[in-house]
Amino acid sequence: MTDHPSHTHRQLGLVIDLDTCVGCQACVVSCKAWNSQSQPSPLSDQDPYGADPSGSFLNRVHGFEVAPEAGPAQLVHFPKSCLHCAEAPCVIVCPTGASYKRVEDGIVLVNEADCIGCGLCAWACPYGAREMDMAEGVMKKCTLCVDRIYNERLPEADREPACVRSCPAGARHFGDLSDPESAVSLLVEARGGMDLMPEQGTRPANKYLPPRPRDAWQGEVDVLAPWLEPVAEEPKGLLGWIDRTLARL
Amino acid sequence: MHPAPSLVLFTTLSGLGFGLLAWLGVAPSPPRGLAGLGPLALAYALCLSGLAASAAHLGRRDRALKAFSQWRTSWLSREAWAALATLLLGGGFGLSLLLGQPVRPLGWLTAAAALTTVLCTGMIYAQLRSVPRWHHSSTPALFLAYALTGGALLAGQRWPALALLIGTAALQLWVWHDGGSRFARSGSTLASATGLGAQGRPRALFPPHSGSSYLTREMVFVVARRHASKLRVLAGLCAFLLPAALLLLGALPYFGLISLASHVTGVFLSRWVFFAEAEHVVGLYYGR
Repeated sequence: MTDHPSHTHRQLGLVIDLDTCVGCQACVVSCKAWNSQSQPSPLSDQDPYGADPSGSFLNRVHGFEVAPEAGPAQLVHFPKSCLHCAEAPCVIVCPTGASYKRVEDGIVLVNEADCIGCGLCAWACPYGAREMDMAEGVMKKCTLCVDRIYNERLPEADREPACVRSCPAGARHFGDLSDPESAVSLLVEARGGMDLMPEQGTRPANKYLPPRPRDAWQGEVDVLAPWLEPVAEEPKGLLGWIDRTLARL
Repeated sequence: MHPAPSLVLFTTLSGLGFGLLAWLGVAPSPPRGLAGLGPLALAYALCLSGLAASAAHLGRRDRALKAFSQWRTSWLSREAWAALATLLLGGGFGLSLLLGQPVRPLGWLTAAAALTTVLCTGMIYAQLRSVPRWHHSSTPALFLAYALTGGALLAGQRWPALALLIGTAALQLWVWHDGGSRFARSGSTLASATGLGAQGRPRALFPPHSGSSYLTREMVFVVARRHASKLRVLAGLCAFLLPAALLLLGALPYFGLISLASHVTGVFLSRWVFFAEAEHVVGLYYGR
């Protein structure tokens, strides 16, 4: 069971647009909220209102700065969750078979009833996508909201991962990445979507769209610009006298 | 990586125990009767206390038996099977010693199973591409070398122990030297981790959480790295130099005991360094 399936019928995943993400953390909060109420056990926190709060999250937003060769540096908000890899290293190392990759849609899941909380899968993941639930003693990870996307009791608009549903900037897209004609695959094709850490050999399903190049000043900025030059370079009148007097002291 | 005391204890104690079992299994004239049980009992105590320490690392100990199920793919599962096989075979061998009729092939099988267990332990770490310092064939080799050396000291094999001390020391020195450049050679950088390399030079600006998290406590553990070089010197002195010098000086009985104590202390230290200075690639996202 802990081997990778030789083939998945579909490969669901996320496409994350680093150009439009504004770092509002709405996806982090909605992910935490959904997975705290829908799962067998809530996504626990330790000392949540105390001096040293910490807890398990399945989606976190980092902030990076990119400094180009020339021009100003750019801030990039960087959401990171499980990438549902084709060659998921977390699945192979699992001693109990709790971690597995689904044949029908390629989602990587943890069967909590089988997890012994050894933590080896979290070590094997290069992306830091898995976090131990310190209250339950089992590993937690992004399920791609498997309990939303097929849930016929939800309105159709809500049958997508909570993070995608809540993103106000439209920076998160959900779909079948194994289908070259799907909206997400076309988006990846058009925008040069990329893998994270391809050298780790994980072949992640989730893709990241790079930030578009920013505008740069070129030539004359504005015909009115010369008229906006400071008019009085040298102070006159009372201010001028004070200036000269102070300079002489 | 976080040098969890349970893992440092487990790998050190069980390594010693399985190393001792390997030596007992191939001893040309094993002690018979009750005298043969002493060293065997010591080996079992070491192996079992090590395995108990590793169980302490689990989040759900009640389900530990499930770890036997995935031997086809998981090194952790294979380790569980190998450990069980070693203890069963060793038990059979012990029984044959007690009855005064040593079954030699059973001893050889015990030795082979014991070394296989140590190999599996090493492979658990060596298989992790996400920790470049460990992702190398020298990791299981070093685990095996340490187990054989400690086992030889415990079994009172003076000259093999001396040769192994020198060999293991050489391997450990090379691993410390070579390990430092493995992360750079793995090719993982913040540029590859974020995919932002084409845009310019990326820099971690702010982390996703203001406090600590499971990730930072477990994988981005940097406190212990500060003293790694001092600990290496101490580990080298205790694990190799002092025991080798004592073994060379004389065959006085208590010298063996001191050299053993010193070696075990050194192995503890080197195992601590093994975990503490191993950098996980997820640290890149945190700028550490």
